[in-house]
This record gives sequence, structure tokens and C-alpha cells, in this order.
Amino acid sequence: MAGWHLIGRRLVQLIPIVVGITIVSFVLIRIVPGDPATLILGNHYTPEGAAQIRKSLGLDQSVIVQYGRFLRSALTGSFGHSYSLDASVGHLISRGLGATLFLIAMAGFFTALLSIPIGVFAGLHRGGIFDQSTRVFLLIGFALPGFLLGVVLILVFGVKVPILPINGYGTGFLSHVRHLILPSITLAIPFSTVLVRSLRSSVIETMSADYVTTALLKGIPWRRVVLRHIVRNAGMSVVVVFGVNLAFLVGGTVVIENVFSIPGLGSLLVNAVSTRDYPVVQGLTLFFALFVLLVNLLTDAVHIAIDPRLAAG
Amino acid sequence: MFVLERPAARIAASSRRRLPLPSRLRGRFSLILGTVILLVLALACIGAPLLTSYSPTAIDAINPLAPMFSKGHLLGTDEFGRDVLSRVLYGGRYDLAIAFGATAVTLIVGTLVGLVAGHVGGRTDTVIMRIVDLFFAFPFIVLVIAIIASLGSSLINLFIALWVVSWVSYARIAHGQTLSANRYGYVVAARALGFSHLRIMFVHILPSVLPGVIIFAMVDAVGNVLLGASLGFLGVGIPQPTPEWGSMISEGQNFILSNWYLSIMPGAALVLLGVALSLIGDGLSDLLRPAR
Repeated sequence: MAGWHLIGRRLVQLIPIVVGITIVSFVLIRIVPGDPATLILGNHYTPEGAAQIRKSLGLDQSVIVQYGRFLRSALTGSFGHSYSLDASVGHLISRGLGATLFLIAMAGFFTALLSIPIGVFAGLHRGGIFDQSTRVFLLIGFALPGFLLGVVLILVFGVKVPILPINGYGTGFLSHVRHLILPSITLAIPFSTVLVRSLRSSVIETMSADYVTTALLKGIPWRRVVLRHIVRNAGMSVVVVFGVNLAFLVGGTVVIENVFSIPGLGSLLVNAVSTRDYPVVQGLTLFFALFVLLVNLLTDAVHIAIDPRLAAG
Repeated sequence: MFVLERPAARIAASSRRRLPLPSRLRGRFSLILGTVILLVLALACIGAPLLTSYSPTAIDAINPLAPMFSKGHLLGTDEFGRDVLSRVLYGGRYDLAIAFGATAVTLIVGTLVGLVAGHVGGRTDTVIMRIVDLFFAFPFIVLVIAIIASLGSSLINLFIALWVVSWVSYARIAHGQTLSANRYGYVVAARALGFSHLRIMFVHILPSVLPGVIIFAMVDAVGNVLLGASLGFLGVGIPQPTPEWGSMISEGQNFILSNWYLSIMPGAALVLLGVALSLIGDGLSDLLRPAR
């Protein structure tokens, strides 16, 4: 019961943030220096074309009316109309969303696969050889730009030892999985450094917790204490850190999709920037923020569900 | 980002306690190694004209794609015959400028905002921290790209975008630390003595806020460099033909099979800069963190 109450309170807190997000996304297109219509048309400038763009952007109306139109388009899911692709932004988003979600899910899977064993083991054997080498991995993994790692992986696994596809998204579930192996590993390595760090310190902290000492004094074997008490507690920190840093992972997809030519939201965003397709940039910015908020809410819910201490207050 | 879940309060509350020797030694070692790497990189980039006689943008049509160690070109040339070593050195200036220019401003502004919000409290605090929450909903790179898309791509607009977006992390850290400092005995005492708000904020609270934000600044500097390079890689950062490590990696990608060093050399420089900054951050946190 108390858990639902907590989630309800989160939801209420979200309302001003969602309003703020729509305002920020709305203002973005208004900071274009000069006349957006002139910029969009570039060499193809004609007074009629410019007038039409101003009309479709709603620039000929008052700011309040413009914001109202923007809100309405967001609520109906159309998010405005693209200039260069002749489709509603909502339609473009729904076309690219699948690939991006698939990529995020696989990257999350590889991150967990990589960071949970490393983090727990390094924490349990603090100061040992493995822990010391983990520091080197953390140091380089964090400073390694994802796109450079992607380029190197393309060179090694796509060209020298061509066992995996290096671009595109494929068709059908298994083909999607094959196409996304390299991109999701590229995302998982830098992201797992963040998780390993917090897992390691969470394990170290838990080892000196009262309930671990109690469990040991009760005569429960060490292996079981590790699995039932320490790893379980560390698992919660994974959920929390994952939620807090999700925006970092989503941001990573923007870059990595472009490295591997995956037709997701990140590729859509970068293409829209190069064609000065402002409604698409604006709609995507808003969509990305709403997406992060939604997932944060879900991780909160999961955290509340698996950690009874939170619901107990 | 991961510094956020480590309570900054603990960092400061016991920063005066002596740490066990191994931790202090390791901290000092990381700090010195990181500083040395950073200084060498910075000197090489600033003193680029002394180290190479080539202009980073001079095109040599007769000599494109020269291999490494070829005559006169230690790291070879790119597809336009431009000297790679000179491009890496001159390009580093931009990445270093991002590391320090972008980070220094957000460090100061964000810390001040968090400090004031935490100290003043009340409705001001709520409003400011809600704005901070709001920024955290956007993936930083998406917001930066969107701002640059509107303003146009140039070095100064890249700075503006980073300034607008990343002060919020410092505000959040400084805010949390200020809230706990408000309860410390000496802060309560200073307030009881009737000291001015400014004096309490800067003399009493700020010193306990600083370790947390400075350690985070090193992590953030790495993040800013990678972000700047990512934008260069995506072609929305600093415009051509200015050399910048991210855009050099992107250009070299087309020749990755025959001339791998075109991408890997600027990439290695980028990683080295990131490692140096992380080492400094790790060293500082080893030295300033409380003993467990």
C-alpha cells in the first residue's frame, strides 16, 4: 500500500517537470538567430516559400498561441510536421523507436552481464589483484569515446574477422539481434564502468552492514550470505544507478546509431540537424525527455517493489 | 555522474581525518601521474608551432595518405596531404579548451546556484531545484545537439550549449552538501552569532562543498571532452576544416583499412586526455575521501 502511495507522490512531482520540458523544447526553436524560414530555405529562398514556412511553424501568431499549438501537437502524438521528410514527426519517431529500444535493451543486457560479476568480485576481494586490474578497466573504459570503440570493433569484427554485420538493423528478430551485437557492446563498455564503480562500493559497504554480521554469526555459510544478502542488496543499487544514468545510455545511442548506421531515433536526430529540420529536432528533444522520465518512474517503481525498506518509509 | 550517489556529506565531514597510508599513497600517485600526463599534453598542444613546421590545414595535393614515419611526416598525412601530427597537436587545443573552458564556468555557476538555493531554502530553493530536475530529464547530448542546431555550429555555440546544460550537476551536488552543512555545529553557531548570509555561505559552508564538486569536475571534464568530440564525430561540432580530435576520427573512418592511424592517433590522444583527467579525479577523491 505504502508503495503505491510513494509512486503516486512521484507522479504528482512529475507534473511541473513535464510542463517545464515542453517549455524548454518549445523555446529551443525560438532561439534561432534571425529568421528560421530564411535559414531553412537557404539557397532556395523565395518570399512565398518563407511565408509558408512561417505559417506552418506558426511564427505569424503570438507566442502563447504558438505554445498552445505545440502542446496540442504533442498531445495528439504528431509532434509537428517534418520539412524534409514530408511526414509527421510522430510518425518518424514511431518508425525509429523500435530500433532504439532494441539497442537500449541489448546494451542494458550486456552492461549487466559485464558489470555485475566484475563489480561484485572486485568488491568482495577488495585490494586484490583483480580489484587492482579493475581500476585500469574503469579508467580506460570511462575515458574511451564510444564512437572510437565502435570504429575499432568494426575494424576487428567486421573487416579483419568478418563474423558480425557492421551496419544497419536487418529484418526479423534474430537478424536484429545479430546486427545490434557490436553496437550494444560498444555502448555497454563505457556504461558498465559507471555500474562497476557503484556495485563495488555497494558490496564493500554491505559487507560491513549489521545484517551481514548477524547472518554470519547465525552460522549461515559465507556463500549463502554473499548470494542472499550482499548480491541482493547490490542488485538494488544496480536498479537505482541504472535509472539515474539512463539518460547517459540514451545519449550514447544517439552517437552509436550513427557509427553503425542504425535507423533509430539518434540517426533521425543527427539527420534532422544537418537538414535544419527544426520540428523534428524539437519533437525528438521532447520525446527523449519524456522517455527518460517514464523509465525513471519505472525504475522507481521497481526499486520500491524490491526494497521493502522504502515502502516501510 | 556516479559521484552523485556517493554522499558528498561524508567526503567533507571527515576530510580532516587521516587516511590509511596505502590509500594516501595511491591517491598521491594517481594525482601526480594524471597531472604529468595532462601537463605534457597541454604543453605539446600549446607549443605545437615549435614541434611541427606544418600548418594543420595546409593541403599538399602531391602527398596524400603518406604512411607513418614517412619522410617529414612522423604520423603520415591524411587524404588531403595534411600532416597528421600537426593536426593532432593543433586539434588538441580545442579539446583542452572544452575540458577547461566549459567545465570551469559550469563548476562556478552551478556551485553558486546550489549553494544559494540550499542556504536560502524555502520557495526559491524549490523552484531552483525543480529547474535542475527538469534539465536532468534530457539526455545531455540531445539537448546540446538541439541547442547547437538552433544557434548554428561553431566553437562558441558549443561552449554556450555546454554551459546551458551542465551546470545542473554541480547545483545538485552543492545543494545536497549545503543542506547537510546547514546542520553542522559550526554553521549553526555562525548563524546564532548573527554572521551575514554571505559570510556563512562562503566562509563556513563553501569549504565543505568544494571537495565534492571539484572531484566531480574532473569526471565532468572527461564527459565534456567526450561530448565535444562526439559532436565533432557527428559533424555538428566545430565546423571544418578546423582540426578537432572527434572530427578527425570521423574523417579517418573512411580509410580505416589502409591508413588506420588517421583515426587511431587522435583517438589515442583523446583517451590519454580522458585518462589523465580521471587519474586526477581518482587521486583527489582518494585524498579527500573519508577512511572507511
